[in-house]
Amino acid sequence: MSKVREVKAMATRDAYGKILAELGRIYKDIVVLDADLSSSTRTKYFAKEFPDRFFNFGIAEANMMGAAAGLASCGKIVFASTFAIFASQRAYNQFRQSIAYPNLNVKVVASHGGISVGEDGVSHHCTEDIASMRVIPNVTVIVPADAVETREAVKALVEHYGPAYLRLGRPKIPVIYGDDYSFEGRKLNFKIGEGITLKDGSDVTIVATGLMVYEALQAFEELRREGISARVINIHTIKPIDADLLIKAAKETGAIVTAEEHSVIGGLGSAVAETIVQSYPVPMQFVGVKDVFAESGPWKELLKKYGLTSSDIVKAAKRVLKLKK
Amino acid sequence: MKSMTVFDHKDEPHGEELVQRLRRIALEIRKDVLLMTTKAGSGHPGGSLSAAEIIACLYFHHLRYDPENPQWEDRDRFVLSKGHVCPALYSALSKAGFFPREALWTLRKIGSILQGHPDMKKTPGVEASTGSLGQGLSIGVGMALAGRIDNKSYRVYVLLGDGELDEGQVWEAAMSAAHYKLDNLLAIVDYNGLQLDGPVERIMQIEPVADKWRAFGWHVIEIDGHNVRQILDALDFAERVKGKPTVIIAHTIKGKGVSFMEGKVEFHGKPLTEEQLKLALKELELQERLLSTNDFRKESAL
Repeated sequence: MSKVREVKAMATRDAYGKILAELGRIYKDIVVLDADLSSSTRTKYFAKEFPDRFFNFGIAEANMMGAAAGLASCGKIVFASTFAIFASQRAYNQFRQSIAYPNLNVKVVASHGGISVGEDGVSHHCTEDIASMRVIPNVTVIVPADAVETREAVKALVEHYGPAYLRLGRPKIPVIYGDDYSFEGRKLNFKIGEGITLKDGSDVTIVATGLMVYEALQAFEELRREGISARVINIHTIKPIDADLLIKAAKETGAIVTAEEHSVIGGLGSAVAETIVQSYPVPMQFVGVKDVFAESGPWKELLKKYGLTSSDIVKAAKRVLKLKK
Repeated sequence: MKSMTVFDHKDEPHGEELVQRLRRIALEIRKDVLLMTTKAGSGHPGGSLSAAEIIACLYFHHLRYDPENPQWEDRDRFVLSKGHVCPALYSALSKAGFFPREALWTLRKIGSILQGHPDMKKTPGVEASTGSLGQGLSIGVGMALAGRIDNKSYRVYVLLGDGELDEGQVWEAAMSAAHYKLDNLLAIVDYNGLQLDGPVERIMQIEPVADKWRAFGWHVIEIDGHNVRQILDALDFAERVKGKPTVIIAHTIKGKGVSFMEGKVEFHGKPLTEEQLKLALKELELQERLLSTNDFRKESAL
């Protein structure tokens, strides 16, 4: 991984913890729940400042989801946090039945998404959650690209009524946006469901989410050096997906590579394919975890071993260009 | 709030007239349940019949609510965790005025406000979308916490099945309710002794169930769940228990009120045929007539 420039790094979960405590001062209806992971999910900052509006449910995610539903039915804006694997699988039916079906205002904010969890290994990795959560009706699914975007996403979610799944990560990852949520001097506006074109290009579009957005930007530079013009789109909201932006990219570049820290089955790649194939099919390649369980290891090495780096995106871009008519 | 339309009978003593009225309502609920499920061609009559007195006492004496304003924020909350017995709840809700009685005959049909299992978005008066067992007590915990945060005096009632206690989430919820000292939360276990596959003791033994709740930090009251006076007394008593949640273990009979349904597991999830329905309604009407002639004055007569 070659670096474009030295960038500051921050974990998305850290950004979540900070903004949640700040929002707690403004929104008196915010109630935060955790399942004995508040030190890791960073809800501990909120807990410290608002002990009366924070409830630890112990290691009991199913019960936490039900309680979240009960609180939301009484008008609370509920944030329920645990690791992605537990939020999306251990308490999946509770989320579907008690929260999503009655369309309650519960934000499940899951840290430790993907394989960048690292050394804890497969029991704590989560490469299935984008698929499993986006398939449930009523649910908004967001995967922010960095700490700044996490802050903006949480702010947007507080103002957005309905169930949502916000997927965050464990490691400190590069901050790609300016602190005012700007990119290369361009001030952005976080809107749920609106993708962001970070780089314009005409030969191929790289659609990325989460920490793969940084890798996509690296890939953009590598491809440029080889004379390939790539467009880079950050899809922070997997659902509802920005169909207009994706179809436009399909039409204008004729080829798409998706990149996500998730299984290649059912995640961003599938969501993009479902979208464009009905309007303007173009060849695609998926960068993601290839239907395997990963393993323990330092997170950056895991990303390399399981094919989640900028060079994997570059290779995928070259493959998709060959498929392009 | 519109105090005129709020049902609040809590100061009324449990006189004979009240008890008789609630018994009569329980019989009417039973008739509705059987009519609804036979008309629908599916549903869960057995467990609906075992819960009839409990639901009658809650909706027609104990709970505070306003059918004109189902979202009244100070209302008591009732969560039907054993969601499959919603026909009994729907009957009570329509009697209480949340929606017209005609809706009962649309149960389980396309476009109906009455889903096969409770849907809080479709049915006025339904407080939680349940039906996937084991989740209602957790929802009740959340409602009770919200009441505490907001300094509200409302209380939260959750009706659980006995088979439902197999679900681990119930015990997660029980632990958390005691941990947070939720004395504004009341659980009621409809202990009819039968679950889908057979007797509870054979499918999954839940005994010693009272000890389990006690060990989880709850105050336990055991009653005959068809004895209206006992139900009313237990509901009142539970309000005076402070610092911990209360559970009423209501010993009931599945299929209660219809001779050929009582204690029969096959009526867990199967409606009566038209022929059986006629016989069942006759039995229930006879019980209603006996009520009128006051033959049912003594609990023992039930």
